[in-house]
Amino acid sequence: MATTLYEKLWQSHIIEEKADETPLIFVDRHLIHEVTSPQAFANLKFHNRVLRHPERTIATMDHNISTRSIKIDAAGEGAANQLRTLEKNCKEFGIELFGMGHKNQGVVHVIGPELGLTLPGTVIVCGDSHTSTHGAFGALAFGIGTSEVEHVFATQTLRQTKAKTMRIEVKGQVAPGISAKDIILAIIGQTGSAGATGYVVEYCGEAIERLTMEERMTVCNMSVEFGAKAGLIAPDATTFNYLKGKDYAPKGEVWQQAVEDWQQLKSDSEATFDSYLTLEAKEIKTQVTWGTTPGQVTQVDSVVPSPEDFTDPVERESCIAALKYMGLTAGTKITDIAINKVFIGSCTNSRIEDLRAAAAVAKGKKVSATVAAIVVPGSYRVKEQAEAEGLAQTFIDAGFEWRLPGCSMCLGMNDDVLTHGDRCASTSNRNFEGRQGRGSRTHLVSPELAAASAIAGHFVDLTSINSQVQGA
Amino acid sequence: MEKFNQHHGLVVPLDTANVDTDQIIPKQFLQKTTRTGFGQHLFHDRRYLDNDGHKNNPEFVLNKPEYQGASILLAGENFGCGSSREHAPWALQEYGFQVIIASSFADIFYANCINIGVLPVILPEDTIATLFQQSKDNLQHITVDLVASTVKTASAQYDFTIAPFHKYCLENGVDSVGWTLNKIAKIESYEAQMPAWQ
Repeated sequence: MATTLYEKLWQSHIIEEKADETPLIFVDRHLIHEVTSPQAFANLKFHNRVLRHPERTIATMDHNISTRSIKIDAAGEGAANQLRTLEKNCKEFGIELFGMGHKNQGVVHVIGPELGLTLPGTVIVCGDSHTSTHGAFGALAFGIGTSEVEHVFATQTLRQTKAKTMRIEVKGQVAPGISAKDIILAIIGQTGSAGATGYVVEYCGEAIERLTMEERMTVCNMSVEFGAKAGLIAPDATTFNYLKGKDYAPKGEVWQQAVEDWQQLKSDSEATFDSYLTLEAKEIKTQVTWGTTPGQVTQVDSVVPSPEDFTDPVERESCIAALKYMGLTAGTKITDIAINKVFIGSCTNSRIEDLRAAAAVAKGKKVSATVAAIVVPGSYRVKEQAEAEGLAQTFIDAGFEWRLPGCSMCLGMNDDVLTHGDRCASTSNRNFEGRQGRGSRTHLVSPELAAASAIAGHFVDLTSINSQVQGA
Repeated sequence: MEKFNQHHGLVVPLDTANVDTDQIIPKQFLQKTTRTGFGQHLFHDRRYLDNDGHKNNPEFVLNKPEYQGASILLAGENFGCGSSREHAPWALQEYGFQVIIASSFADIFYANCINIGVLPVILPEDTIATLFQQSKDNLQHITVDLVASTVKTASAQYDFTIAPFHKYCLENGVDSVGWTLNKIAKIESYEAQMPAWQ
């Protein structure tokens, strides 16, 4: 029978599937961090249970650390307690930890791939919803709660209800200057914020195949923002070339065998999905969110929508509430919206290619006097590379603050928070009310647009500027 | 985990779609290493006018005098979207909610509720609309019966579906880790056949 990539991954991880029980699947890799693990460790100890596979568990510090200092205490008392608890637990249970100052430290969804911990054909979980990022490699990867973290600690398995399948095809090629962030925001704009709840989504089509691994991660990262359990992209030569030689990737004969197996990881041409969505890549334009869910998104050359634009009563009500919270008036040109903060970072857009794209825009320019902008690399390795390539200096010269790796302002668990009324162009993944600070207003954008907005002090239509330059 | 069979309680209507876990429990309260201490911060930014949580927002439905003691949350679609933080259902449970009723839930949030013994009930949109109207017009006490998988109001009864194993775990307060540890031989035999790269 023809099967989808998801069904192949599912089938290869089933331990037990019975009529009266939720299926039990094996977990290959468990990534943990300081915020969602302490209660799981505590319960494990309370029940006097062992951690089944410490060697399949990797820990990092990312969510609430300071981006100004590698000192644990710089994060504040509560955060420092969580970070020290993680250190203690990792030591006690024999888990490898990339703590502050470690060369492998960074945002969990940045370091997994860059270290080769993320492999095709595996099941990867983490107590963080953006675990969907790792689906870019053809891994079944999803976020879990703390009770499930405990379950994985003790058993290396999880109980999972089988999801429905959705295929999202992006046909043809995107126009120059259109980023992976624009592709995924355009997809979410079509599906709405819960359009894929209960589904595992597979992205395919020429525009997806042409993406680099880092771009594919940006796409899969935001799968959860339209409700998907996970996002998948079939592994191909791009995937294998990226992984080859990475620290934790298989080597020698095992690598050869792995690639042979991974080449089978794709949906059969005859396979059917429960749902389909098709986008024409050439129609995708630069995206900016205007509301308080990622699905409330439009094109940069467009205007803030009006509640009357929505026929669905729930969407209309959500639009009214969002415009009020965001302090926006329907009909305002997106490029007329002034911003005073810029955040370039997060597990969506903090990898080296993201920083190169933003630096290319910022090079030789100055951040507007009305804007405070920070750049937070996704990992220590990204930071080192960006400094070696001169990107960090480009940012600093332009007036951006160059910080240490961490989740930072994406969720504002540390002191990188916005204050009431701040309006931020952010390369992160969530524009929820209060996400980056109480009363703050977040607009999700690509790294290129974030950098350009920092310089202009408002959103700008980069493609229009570029075409004018070319036409001149 | 406490056993859950049936619950009778007051409904509070929170008529907003896409209530995310950042709203349910904002990030500044996630720095604890315990499972308790979150209830007082539930819906913090909507519930309190000040950052310290001393000044109630009288407009927020949970603060209205008539809804004090509510134990059933009636919510809008896509409830619990966003972050995987189990702190969100911990906060709801500690506040006193034993049942959450909505037309849809985000996947991770739904699983987190099941795992801690809070019952998420999914009902069709038109039923939810009826319940909202009734709960806004008059205070409404309803009975949620997990065993029969029904929601009973004064005037009607609605059936809901829940996965059989979820139901079993809630009804019996199953320690899911212990349950799986009884199957360790199956896990071992799976591990024995894995390819070297896996």
